Amino acid sequence: MVSIILFAPLIGAVIAGFGWRLITVKGAQYLTTGLLFLACLLSWIVFFNTPEQTQYIPLMRWIESGALSIEWGIRLDRLTSIMLVVVTTVSALVHLYSFGYMAHDENFKETEEYRPRFFAYLSFFTFTMLMLVTSDNLVQMFFGWEGVGLASYLLIGFYYKKPSAGAAAMKAFVVNRVGDFGFALGIVALFFLTDSVSFDVIFAQAPVLAQTSLHFLWRDWNAAELIAFLLFIGAMGKSAQLFLHTWLPDAMEGPTPVSALIHAATMVTAGVFLVCRMSPLMEYAPHATAFITFLGATTAFFAATVGLVQTDIKRVIAYSTCSQLGYMFVAAGVGVYSAAMFHLLTHAFFKALLFLCAGSVIHGMHHEQDMRNYGGLRKKLPYTFWAMILGTLAITGVGIPFTHIGFAGYLSKDAIIESAWGGVGAGYAFWMLVIAAAFTSFYSWRLIFLTFFGEARGDKHTHEHAHESPKVMLIPLGVLSLGAIFSGMLWYNSFFGDHDSVNRFFGIPAHAEATEGGDAHGEVADAGHGAEGSVLATTDHAAEGENAAEGDHAAAAGHMAEAGVAPEGAIFMAPDNHVMEEAHHAPTWVKLSPFFAMLGGLIVAWLFYIKFTWLPARFAETNRPLYLFLLNKWYFDEIYDAVFVKNASRLGRLFWKGGDGKIVDGSINGLAMGIIPYFTRLAGRWQSGYIFTYAFAMVIGIAVFVTWMTLTGGAE
Amino acid sequence: MSNLLSIVTFMPAIAALILAVFLRGEDGAAQRNAKWVALIATTLTFVVSLFILAGFDPSNTGFQMVEERDWLLGLKYKMGVDGISVLFVLLTTFMMPLTIWASWGVKTRVKEYMIAFLLLETLMLGVFMALDMVLFYLFFEAGLIPMFLIIGIWGGANRIYASFKFFLYTFLGSVLMLVAMVVMYTEAGTADIPTLLTFDFASTPMTVLGLNIMGGMQTLLFIAFFASFAVKMPMWPVHTWLPDAHVQAPTAGSVVLAAILLKMGGYGFLRFSLPMFPVGADVMAPLVLWMSAIAIVYTSLVALVQEDMKKLIAYSSVAHMGYVTMGIFAANQQGVDGAIFQMLSHGFISGALFLCVGVIYDRMHTRDIAAYGGLVNRMPAYALIFMFFTMANVGLPGTSGFIGEFLTLVGIFQVNTWVAVVATSGVIFSAAYALFLYRRVVMGDLIKESLRSIKDMNTREKWIFAPLVAMTLLLGVYPSLVTDIIGPSVELLVDNHETALAAADRLGDTAMAASH
Repeated sequence: MVSIILFAPLIGAVIAGFGWRLITVKGAQYLTTGLLFLACLLSWIVFFNTPEQTQYIPLMRWIESGALSIEWGIRLDRLTSIMLVVVTTVSALVHLYSFGYMAHDENFKETEEYRPRFFAYLSFFTFTMLMLVTSDNLVQMFFGWEGVGLASYLLIGFYYKKPSAGAAAMKAFVVNRVGDFGFALGIVALFFLTDSVSFDVIFAQAPVLAQTSLHFLWRDWNAAELIAFLLFIGAMGKSAQLFLHTWLPDAMEGPTPVSALIHAATMVTAGVFLVCRMSPLMEYAPHATAFITFLGATTAFFAATVGLVQTDIKRVIAYSTCSQLGYMFVAAGVGVYSAAMFHLLTHAFFKALLFLCAGSVIHGMHHEQDMRNYGGLRKKLPYTFWAMILGTLAITGVGIPFTHIGFAGYLSKDAIIESAWGGVGAGYAFWMLVIAAAFTSFYSWRLIFLTFFGEARGDKHTHEHAHESPKVMLIPLGVLSLGAIFSGMLWYNSFFGDHDSVNRFFGIPAHAEATEGGDAHGEVADAGHGAEGSVLATTDHAAEGENAAEGDHAAAAGHMAEAGVAPEGAIFMAPDNHVMEEAHHAPTWVKLSPFFAMLGGLIVAWLFYIKFTWLPARFAETNRPLYLFLLNKWYFDEIYDAVFVKNASRLGRLFWKGGDGKIVDGSINGLAMGIIPYFTRLAGRWQSGYIFTYAFAMVIGIAVFVTWMTLTGGAE
Repeated sequence: MSNLLSIVTFMPAIAALILAVFLRGEDGAAQRNAKWVALIATTLTFVVSLFILAGFDPSNTGFQMVEERDWLLGLKYKMGVDGISVLFVLLTTFMMPLTIWASWGVKTRVKEYMIAFLLLETLMLGVFMALDMVLFYLFFEAGLIPMFLIIGIWGGANRIYASFKFFLYTFLGSVLMLVAMVVMYTEAGTADIPTLLTFDFASTPMTVLGLNIMGGMQTLLFIAFFASFAVKMPMWPVHTWLPDAHVQAPTAGSVVLAAILLKMGGYGFLRFSLPMFPVGADVMAPLVLWMSAIAIVYTSLVALVQEDMKKLIAYSSVAHMGYVTMGIFAANQQGVDGAIFQMLSHGFISGALFLCVGVIYDRMHTRDIAAYGGLVNRMPAYALIFMFFTMANVGLPGTSGFIGEFLTLVGIFQVNTWVAVVATSGVIFSAAYALFLYRRVVMGDLIKESLRSIKDMNTREKWIFAPLVAMTLLLGVYPSLVTDIIGPSVELLVDNHETALAAADRLGDTAMAASH
């Protein structure tokens, strides 16, 4: 069944992309969308019937070289099934929505048929994303990882006539590659130490890795920490965390359904998924996870500040996405992976909803994206308005304090903030997230007020012709609204309830904790008991390594504790990880703080954009440097351009003209000038005709000679 | 068939002979005949070469289908294939018909052009099959001549400079190799490659001109061979002939150069340098690894600022060859597997990229990137194929480009993490220059007046690309097709290398102990 879910989108993409002339444009649209709805239906079935034990479905051989053996295969556990549901649901709805959104597009001429290409790309994206989440090893995951990167590149650059779209697409791909650089090194390092890239083998080895030191670059590192860090660099790129976030706002050049699917609900969450998937390793890397927490919290804060002042409706939501991803990383960093997945799930619903609503507004306003030209649209777009209100209630986290009744974001975001409180040394993360929550509320309501309330601003003509979107676009909004309202309440217990229900949901055996008592250190020694499943020849490998590198590294030495078996369950929390309990028992003011932050943001937004509409301009004027700093996104693009882009081409030119031209060719020419004249004098004596005549004669001579030798058997 | 290898090798040469002897005239009919003869001959060669593959037994790590005959002056004519060479033979026979077909538009000296390519094929095949050192040298060197002519006669405006640069560079490198071969012959008393592979060249340290040389004779021999193969590869910093040669060569010449000729260097390393001089290779490996890593970053940065499409792809080739040398001298299973895989894959991908340039060069007669822009508007099929190979070039998983890069990185990480990190950064740069090229040529609105009436690829052009697309995808999704064949031979190579090093170590230790 999972195989059908996986390959249905691929089949759709191939047929729609290459065969649309045969099945007509309509046919291509119906086919891809139909297959996606099929995949979606099956995904929900799988989700409700997720096996307790992890299931493996091998598909085909892939890379084999010596000890390295990688298969195409599917891993089905709770993490997979959550992602299946998220990806296929949002994707199916986005396909449907695109029927309306992509019906007419002034970026293309009448004769240019762009719709099959669009639907094929969407389906292709879905396929690669599914490959990513169903993978049973890191390399297949990397296939999906880069595949979604390609799909993202193609879709950001979909309006290929716009130079800005081409630039944004390239930027997205290259910045992601910076992350992939770390990811690839992490995979290679893992193979070096564990002789495998399969999750189970790696997980079983994780306690050993925590005790191993690896010589990497100039010093020895703790293997688990180093690998966790390298993998996280990959996650930073894909999930647009600070320093590698610059591509995400630019990615809004793509059509809006793409932004909803790829740059909000699915692809950008891949980094969070990676960290959760690697939880058995992350649990042994306290410093790396502390860094994840720190960076996530900083990103959440940073992106929220930038979101405060942006005027392009899509960019506001893009920064909001960036910020919310920071939340998820904080949860994963402090070790409450279930909370991270919870927010990933709810965020997919409400953020896709917000984006599709924004798309509906843009569609209705004839591709106007600047909020300064909106205003008073509530009456023109009533359904969109209400859907967007629901989305905003969800993202800002509206709910009834001390109960588990509220919109999706209320439950999942508060779960993260409480986890941050419970995390190790996480005061910084907690406060950053609370402040970010206030900002979230402010910019989200600012968006609503600027768009739907007040006077109509900007071009009159556009406002007169503003219209509600067709049904085919409103239905997905309705479905996602349901998700934004109920998904939090429905699954609260499974993701962040009491210990037992979370364990049951993620297939973690109850006895695991009983037998693996004690601290992490004791666990390593303990793990030796379960060594019957171990297939790893640790000592063997150490010998091999010494041979190859002559002590260049410290391989997993022979005295190391033997590797155990991989922990059961989709996520792993070390026995000493009690962050979730501490979060549950957080003081009242901690539990209330996000609520008040939300309220504060709402009130300020109301004062700024409804009550005293002159206030924002005044405020921007009095705090001009700060305003410009935020408006220019902390000047990251400018700095990167000056430091990396400019210097790369400067270096390239230097190497080209200076290195290749002057030094290498220069010295060789110098040498040649000395020798050549001598040879030419010599050669001049028997130079009589075209040089190639001689050469031909020579080559043919050799050929004839050798041929003759072959056929006659030579001297024999 | 006991002389299958010779038949495959000399089929193109016979066709060339037929053309040279029987074809007269320069009119349209003669030109057409020349093209068809060449195409049929190369296609037949490919078909016959499939029998080599069919008859090849991967589990047998020795040389197979060996032919041995006496020749003049006590020399031997000996041919054979093993797991390392057999796929290069197939790569050559696979690429040649496509190359000929891509030259359908040639108008000047068509007969000579086809003869040059057919002879070139024979000589290249000979390199990969020769099991006698002298024979290898003959094929290796003679291959220079047709390529020299192809660039010098059918090349671009600056072809004379480029062809001489190409010739001198590669020729000077091989003079040293010849000297080394003479030394080997006097040492071992044979030019037979299988025998030489088992021969133990002296590796005790020696002093030359006051310089103490670790690894002794082996190191010197290694360096001599290295001079030739490194130029051929080409490795940084002796790569500067390649961009010039590519730019001036006709499209088909570039394709052969990138897809096959460059592989001779890598093949030479695997056939001679690594197995015959294990101690020398070990002494020199750090230097070679660093040269490879520098090549990857350096040439990628240079590629970033190129204004000529072919130059850009040529520099990208040098970067990709950096992965190859890195994998070979990592000297472990993944590294060498990856290096061979990368060479094969690069054959398809870079060949296709040069063909991509050729498609628009044929239409616009310029390789200047600035002369293009917005081609997707009028050439959607071209845009798709160019995108595909751009992605394959940057090593996207699912294409063959990824497998080679990944395996070599796995290999090198086990040996030297610094080199691994520098080399891995190539994934960033390659994405930057490849996509930058694509953006400038294909994306954007079509505003240039000169491009208004440009036509999309015709059926012939599409069919040339089809097999390349198929191979790139197939090997990307199911690389076992290749690794199953090369695996056992590579394993033997790596095992022998390690055993030899261990033995040399022991020898060194005993020598030390004895001197005490």
